[in-house]
Amino acid sequence: MRRRWMAAVAVSMAGLLTLSACGGGDKQDTAGGPAAHRKVEVFSWWTGPGEADGLKAMREIFAKQNSNFEFFDAAVAGGSGDQARALLSSKLQANQPPDTFQGHAGAELQGYIKSGKLESLNFLYDELKLKDVMPQQLIDQITVEGQVYSVPVNIHRSNVLWFNPSVLKGAGISGAPKTVDEFVADLDKVKKSGKIPLSIGSQWTLVHLLESVLLGSLGTDAYNALWTASSDWSNADVTKALENFKTILSYAGTPQDDWQPAAKQVADGEAAFNIMGDWAYGYFHNPPEGGLGKESKKDFDWAASPGTDGTFMWLSDSFTLPKGAPNRDGAIAWLKVAASKEGQDAFNPLKGSIPARKDADQSLYKDYLSWSLEQWAGDKLAGSIQHGVVANDTWRTSITDAVGLFQQDKDVAKLQQALVAAAKNSGQ
Amino acid sequence: MTRVRRWLPGLLLVSPSIVLIAVFVYGLLGWNLKLAMTDKHNEIAEIPGNFAGLENFTGIWSEERWGLSVRHSIVFTVVFVAGALVLGWLLAFLMEKGIRAESGFRAVYLFPMAVSFIATGVVWRWLMNSATGEHAVGLNRLFHSMGLDFLQWQWFRDPDWGMAAMAIPAVWQMSGYIMALFLAGFRGVPDELREAARVDGCGEWGVYRHVVLPMLRPVTLSALIILGHISLKVFDLVVAVSGKQIITDVPATFMWTAVYDSHDPAKGATIASYIVLSVVIFVVPYLIWNARKGNRP
Repeated sequence: MRRRWMAAVAVSMAGLLTLSACGGGDKQDTAGGPAAHRKVEVFSWWTGPGEADGLKAMREIFAKQNSNFEFFDAAVAGGSGDQARALLSSKLQANQPPDTFQGHAGAELQGYIKSGKLESLNFLYDELKLKDVMPQQLIDQITVEGQVYSVPVNIHRSNVLWFNPSVLKGAGISGAPKTVDEFVADLDKVKKSGKIPLSIGSQWTLVHLLESVLLGSLGTDAYNALWTASSDWSNADVTKALENFKTILSYAGTPQDDWQPAAKQVADGEAAFNIMGDWAYGYFHNPPEGGLGKESKKDFDWAASPGTDGTFMWLSDSFTLPKGAPNRDGAIAWLKVAASKEGQDAFNPLKGSIPARKDADQSLYKDYLSWSLEQWAGDKLAGSIQHGVVANDTWRTSITDAVGLFQQDKDVAKLQQALVAAAKNSGQ
Repeated sequence: MTRVRRWLPGLLLVSPSIVLIAVFVYGLLGWNLKLAMTDKHNEIAEIPGNFAGLENFTGIWSEERWGLSVRHSIVFTVVFVAGALVLGWLLAFLMEKGIRAESGFRAVYLFPMAVSFIATGVVWRWLMNSATGEHAVGLNRLFHSMGLDFLQWQWFRDPDWGMAAMAIPAVWQMSGYIMALFLAGFRGVPDELREAARVDGCGEWGVYRHVVLPMLRPVTLSALIILGHISLKVFDLVVAVSGKQIITDVPATFMWTAVYDSHDPAKGATIASYIVLSVVIFVVPYLIWNARKGNRP
């Protein structure tokens, strides 16, 4: 009797396993139904405070304009999009793309473009006349062989130097350093005053620091040339820049877990400087649930990272149109919202970034954001390494590896060799 | 007919799991090995990749990061396995001496095993914060407030011994389980044997040395296998404590970056093959030993 009962359990377990194995197939069948025609699957990694609010605001506009489509939020949690991108690349490889997905504009999308996973959006740019309302340099930097493949919905700035005014005053420094040399001198003064000169986070924040130091040491044109076909990573200027990186790193405090605790050291007056993207502003400024509730210009202040005044090192979240999107019309309707003035003005103040369009409503952007908007209008542009603008994934990973190894052995010659090899093997 | 009736239901009962394991374990292992022997270094492009033999397997040794992750893995394994074995044995030894409320202590020591490595990692990430002096938090703070500042160190950020620190949470988590194994082993030694040894003039230490310890050998071996294979494929703990940083890189995290960051499936498959291979080196001798023992009358 007992044995029969056991057998029944075992058989039903096996049945369950087989059923769950077929689950994927069932979903496919229903996807062809009439309800699914309306659904627009929007894939992103915006689940955190601020960014999720921004997405919701855009979603409301989408719902208002498109009664025939239904927004489906396919967001995957995880700050920098690591998990989301891992899932995305396997979906794209299996030719089961979402209707539209978020990606950093620029080289990060190149892998997808080269393997023919994305549709060119030139038709949309022409229809909406986007080339007239977005900066020419931005369009140039995201164009691949005459085609644009994504719609940038926002702009973040990467080269921002955050500092604590009272710590600076305590060390006898009058204002933010303008050049890399001044920066090093100031770091030294802070060190003598007993505070941490520069706070750093986990390994990727060093790549973030490196891109600012490269830009500040080489100048905008030489920096941008590093990412072209005629790039030369082995020259003496790069050596000098990497020497600067080493010097600056020697003033860094103990690495923190991530960028937030590192930024917090500046806000708390333990450290003087931190170089981080402008999402740090939201962290400093927002009320205590998601931020530190600090007052800008008093508890913390900002400037262009040393030597980069007049250049805006940008990164951008953008949306794409994958080839074979199940609901192509719905995806295009979403892209139109993402590209529109109304959509960008709804999204960006909440996310803490500025719109990619030049004709945005400036009154919506206050404090840091108004500064950023002003710089965006006049500055030259350079693309971020860490955040996927100038280097494709393979290249960026090699750079990250090289910086991670450098963090341990501090060997400039070896770092430069690794960077030269990374450029050569990037396939970009 | 009766014979069929004897074995068929049993076979039917296990066949789903045989099929599932054949496909999803051994089939995928084979597929992974095949992928590791191709030159498919681009995940997204739809090229099948050509056969490249063992090129990936030899090529990876010229990468500095690979050498580092192997070295880290060895340090972690040595500290973790030795630490958990010694601590587990010690706990079991003390329990075996007979204490009050033994089952309570057993539960307390076993409990960490109910926690996942991720949760352990999140807590220990704070405990092992590397800030020192007045900024210290976690264990360094504890040392500071006890006036033991000389004990403060960089924990997992130390370039030479960081992986040893990384093994501490793992030891914390697994030593209770090892204790349970050893305790069962201790209990398995019949009292008659101990008595006999005592009658033969053994001191208390001699009883352990000549009677109890030799009988613990199978338990020690099982413990070694269990700890060894956990250690060689450790991933969740490392990611929870330090994320993807080269300073604590192990083969499994390297595989993650190879596949998902640089989109290089062949390299990822190569690393995966090496991980499986290293576990095999641990497990196969055990299986052989086990099979021989089982065959003995």
